[in-house]
Amino acid sequence: MSAADPHHATHRTIEAVWRIESPRLIAVLTRLTRDIARAEDLAQDALVAALEQWPASGIPDNPGAWLMATAKHRAIDHLRRNTRLEIKLAELAPEIAEKEQAVPDYVTAIDDNVGDDLLRLIFISCHPIVSLDAQLALTLRMLGGLTTDEIARAFLVPEPTIAQRIVRAKRTLTESHVPFEVPRGSELEARLASVLKVIYLIFNEGYSATAGDDWLRPTLCEEALRLGRILANLVPTEPEAHGLVALMEIQASRAKARTTPTGEPILLLDQNRAQWDQLLIHRGLAALAQAEQLTNIHLADNPAGNANNLASNKNIVISTGAQRSGDNSAQPIDGVISTGAQRSGETRFSTTSSRTTLGPYTLQAAIAACHARAATPEATDWHRIAALYATLAQTTPSPIIELNRAVAISMAEGPLAGLDIVDTLVTEPALKNYHLLPSVRGDLLTKLNRHREARTEFERAATLTRNIRERELLLKRAHECTRFNQTPRSE
Amino acid sequence: MRFMVIFKATADSEKGALPDPQGIADMNKFTDELVEAGVVLGYEGLHPSSKGARVHFSGKNRTVIDGPFAESKELIAGFYLWQVKSLEEAIEWVKRVPNCSPTGEGEIEIRQVFEPEDFAYAFSEEGIQQEKNLRAQLAAQAAKR
Repeated sequence: MSAADPHHATHRTIEAVWRIESPRLIAVLTRLTRDIARAEDLAQDALVAALEQWPASGIPDNPGAWLMATAKHRAIDHLRRNTRLEIKLAELAPEIAEKEQAVPDYVTAIDDNVGDDLLRLIFISCHPIVSLDAQLALTLRMLGGLTTDEIARAFLVPEPTIAQRIVRAKRTLTESHVPFEVPRGSELEARLASVLKVIYLIFNEGYSATAGDDWLRPTLCEEALRLGRILANLVPTEPEAHGLVALMEIQASRAKARTTPTGEPILLLDQNRAQWDQLLIHRGLAALAQAEQLTNIHLADNPAGNANNLASNKNIVISTGAQRSGDNSAQPIDGVISTGAQRSGETRFSTTSSRTTLGPYTLQAAIAACHARAATPEATDWHRIAALYATLAQTTPSPIIELNRAVAISMAEGPLAGLDIVDTLVTEPALKNYHLLPSVRGDLLTKLNRHREARTEFERAATLTRNIRERELLLKRAHECTRFNQTPRSE
Repeated sequence: MRFMVIFKATADSEKGALPDPQGIADMNKFTDELVEAGVVLGYEGLHPSSKGARVHFSGKNRTVIDGPFAESKELIAGFYLWQVKSLEEAIEWVKRVPNCSPTGEGEIEIRQVFEPEDFAYAFSEEGIQQEKNLRAQLAAQAAKR
């Protein structure tokens, strides 16, 4: 079938229409049927009907309405069949019939507030009762319109695995009678955190893609950005939604500058900033400003704040492109690192919707913004970055954040100040096998002309990383230390 | 994928005539829908060419020509920058742009924006090898016919 084949062209157009219309379609059907599996089946039926009829009849003027009408008719038929069954039962057992409610009017009020339906669908796809891996797959399927095959290729996982995850997730949601409502109050905060986590994990999967990977993988960044923007529009008063979008826009702005033409990673401070996408930076800074402004409004409403807010919130994703793409560290870590705790689903939620400080995604975005605003590495406001890491450490205490803070302090106040902080981390069990710790330490020692010690650190770091390019870089740095004939200082 | 969606000028837009309030409201509503779909990266309207200029290059020579310029159909009145999955998706969205032209006629052009992968792919070893494989495949297919 050549590309010029009209059927082929229609098929691609139908795919495009599907991508635009399917999330809303599924969202409305989910509300109608209260059954996410049924909703997706009905939507798929409508798609099949479109694939059968449109090549001959042409694409309808309003394809979304056509799909919606087709799916709704099938939904109503199905419900009427069930109702007739109920009526039959009522005839046989009148006392049961009295307890039944009247058949709801499905025809009217179907198109009210599709935005609400979409938001409900987002919350359901990211429901914590479903495994995290399944949340990712479900979200990409329901809201991204990706096929099972596309999701599998994007995550480097076999297709049947993804198919199973989705089937099981839908079954779990149906069987546990998860309420199909947008959560409210303090529950909203916690559930929103789930949603943000899913979106950011999708982004990071795309961000960590390397040259030679399936081309679908980097498109996950676009998917995540799109989902984030949609979410920010649906919950515009939630600062962290804007914070997440800001973070992703700014990280995505570096796409052109992050790798050499042959796919080698380039460290943040070595990147050609002329290649940073200013449009995305502009958008990211605007989203960040919104997040900050909304937080200040919250602070104004709740000046007392709540100490519980600062309790460790492990529901946040902190993920690094840096680690996966093999960035050597001595340089600021370009994102944040995903700890095992996140992926294993361990969560603790903050119990109140008020904030005494910027939220974690907004903070990470603010850090990224500091780099984005600097026309040259020398222009970077390291003091501000260090302060932001300090605040981030309060909301999400983590030795990795402390390490990042140490790097920022070293840039702001000199390597000794940074080393003082790093030295408090060497006994930290969580960092025992973390290659960036000795790597950072090695870099700081080099700057202090303590080359023999630095060499030991780089060699140690090289043994801890599984990334070949990274190991080569570290061993190279270790070797460079040997070229200095220095008598060791006594400190 | 990113696309620039270019609104061609009309005699009216070149005169600096604004669309009627309903037209503006319709366009705003459409832009809102696009924003809600997470598709819009940016958009701008352009002043008529009478406020612009052209610079003509000829070897070392530069000649400045002030607007307005003729052939309004070839001029640009404004653009969107969108992020969508395919050209077909961009086309579908463009079909939904409200027709605010007073004559009922108008044109919108869609152009794909270069992405870093477009360049990286061309130069990466994997890219070069895949290119070779594809050519070999096509050659084999052609030989079979």
